[in-house]
Amino acid sequence: MSNHLENQVRTCDTTGLPVCLTAQKFIKLNGVFAVIFLLIGAIAAVLLALTRWPAVHLLDAQWYYRILTAHGMNMLIFWILFIEVAILYFACTTLLNSRLFSKKIAWVSFVMMLVGAVMVNVIVFIGKADVLMTSYIPLLAHPVFYLGIILVAVGTLIGVYNFFATVYIAKRDKTYDGSVPLVVFGAIAAAIIAVVTLLHGAVVMIPTFTWSMGWTAQPDPGWYRLIWWGLGHQSQQVNVCAMVSVWYLLASLTTGAKPLNQAVCRSAFVLYILFINLASAHHLLVDPGVGAGWKIWNTSYAMYLAVLASMIHGFTVPASVEIAQRAKGYVRGLFGWLTNAPWKNPGFSAFFLSLVIFGFIGGITGVTLGTQQINILAHNTLRIPGHFHATVVGGTSLAFMGLIYYVVPLIFQREFYARSLAIIQPYIFGIGIVMLSFGMSFAGSAGVPRRHWDVEFTGANLAAGFDSGTHLWLGVMGIGGVLAFIGLLTFILLTVAAVFFGKSNKGRAMTPWATPKTLVTEGDVDATEDHRSPGTMTLVIILLVTFVVYYFANWLALTDVWHVR
Amino acid sequence: MSQDKKHPLQKLLDNPWLLLALGVLIPVLSYTVWGWVELATLAPAALP
Ligand code: HEM
Ligand SMILES: [Cu+2]
Repeated sequence: MSNHLENQVRTCDTTGLPVCLTAQKFIKLNGVFAVIFLLIGAIAAVLLALTRWPAVHLLDAQWYYRILTAHGMNMLIFWILFIEVAILYFACTTLLNSRLFSKKIAWVSFVMMLVGAVMVNVIVFIGKADVLMTSYIPLLAHPVFYLGIILVAVGTLIGVYNFFATVYIAKRDKTYDGSVPLVVFGAIAAAIIAVVTLLHGAVVMIPTFTWSMGWTAQPDPGWYRLIWWGLGHQSQQVNVCAMVSVWYLLASLTTGAKPLNQAVCRSAFVLYILFINLASAHHLLVDPGVGAGWKIWNTSYAMYLAVLASMIHGFTVPASVEIAQRAKGYVRGLFGWLTNAPWKNPGFSAFFLSLVIFGFIGGITGVTLGTQQINILAHNTLRIPGHFHATVVGGTSLAFMGLIYYVVPLIFQREFYARSLAIIQPYIFGIGIVMLSFGMSFAGSAGVPRRHWDVEFTGANLAAGFDSGTHLWLGVMGIGGVLAFIGLLTFILLTVAAVFFGKSNKGRAMTPWATPKTLVTEGDVDATEDHRSPGTMTLVIILLVTFVVYYFANWLALTDVWHVR
Repeated sequence: MSQDKKHPLQKLLDNPWLLLALGVLIPVLSYTVWGWVELATLAPAALP
């Protein structure tokens, strides 16, 4: 039984699912602004890539730090948070057959977030907040900067409240039977982690704001870093949960895949909820104020339970695709299911590239860098952005782009132009980000610092700088950055053209992106009852071997730091 | 299936409020409170 108000719901002409019109409105609003912030962040991104590439060295020092601040805020905070609120609203309404709890609350949340984000951007671009996204004390920005962040954080928290209230009324009104669908469960996990995140945000930002106003004393820098990373890192776990939910959704939309085992997939999300947030400690691995016990417990033993969860999702998601494909008759060899996947469907290619980039590059580097001893080699080098551009960019952002290839036709009810461009867009972006990430990681391994304007130390009294091999990697980073920028711009232009000028598809199904044809008929028991996934198993073994090699190489590199002869 | 026949794990999975409570409690204790206590009980460095 649904709880929709009269005339406040429509039935999707493609999927037959109910769409709450209030939720739809806010999904649209949040989506549009998410893409605008993505554009600002993208322009900043290419400027940064062209500055960190010493052969180009585009911006001057001041603008480098200003643009770096703008890039971090617009990408990591605004693009991601706006789109995630949209995802939460979608999950709790359409997938639960419920109405959104409150339109008023949705407005309050949206306006607060928007005003906050605009405040931050204005104050950064007029040069009053060159403190980078982390705004480490004692760096001091204009109070408007902190106030803007507080508004965004509280606005998001209010949106999360609206989500939980909708989950509550959906259950109360019995709009669904049994347990919530898996994608909603993932969204609940993301929302729970968001609560922890935003609470830390409030605890750290309010005294920093009052300090910037001159009302209170300067907070302790060590304390600031501890609490700030409760915001900065944990928000990444919101992203992981949201991304994994989107993987499940896109796998089902593009190949008809069904979750392998509900209890296992859900338990993996529970491991995220309980343990993933501890990992924030990896940002403090070289901080002297906290002890080794705290560091090792929070980044290793307890945290590996969350890594286990990622490995579960990393297996069940592709395995569900493999089983769905095999059931359709793509049974040849180990990888026939994969080579015959709908690679010309940008929803699928974005999803699968996201899975591979996140797992192979982001996951392996993340577990390695988060190890206390190895971290000492990598801390504050370019290896760190090399890692997180594989997680939050090649992983989360790319998955969200794949989702938008469905959101525009299904929620905005508009069709994309230039569909052949849309088909190649995820590849351009994916290849660019992989190059960027490799370039950063290898240059970082040679010691190139992050957040550094001039690694050549021009004019220094002692000779400094890096060898030609390192410069080659910085070049790979620069070219990859430009390529990723082109991919991102293509995505933004396609989306804007579709949203504002696209042909309406109201009253009929969306023009489908490619989905794989079924080769077998229903009665063909042999193929349809096969529940093995040897191809995925092979991929998992390749992943584990790669991890072992990389991990070992890092410990080896650690022994090179000192000479025992 | 009646409520009381549910597996305990399934009960946990179907209870977002319990998950919310645990999801806030565990990281706040393990990361935040523990870390805060370590910082608060740090002896000031003896300056040379
Ligand atoms: C076209 C795509 C992108 C390119 C070419 C790019 C490139 C860069 C570069 C060159 C840096 C500076 C590294 C340094 O100097 O230390 C950087 C930093 C960063 N990027 Fe990106 N990026 C892209 C997309 C994104 C996205 C989508 C996100 C988040 C969702 C993101 C998050 C960040 C963060 C958090 C930093 C660190 C800022 C800081 O150190 O304060 N980037 N990026
Ligand atoms: Cu982190």
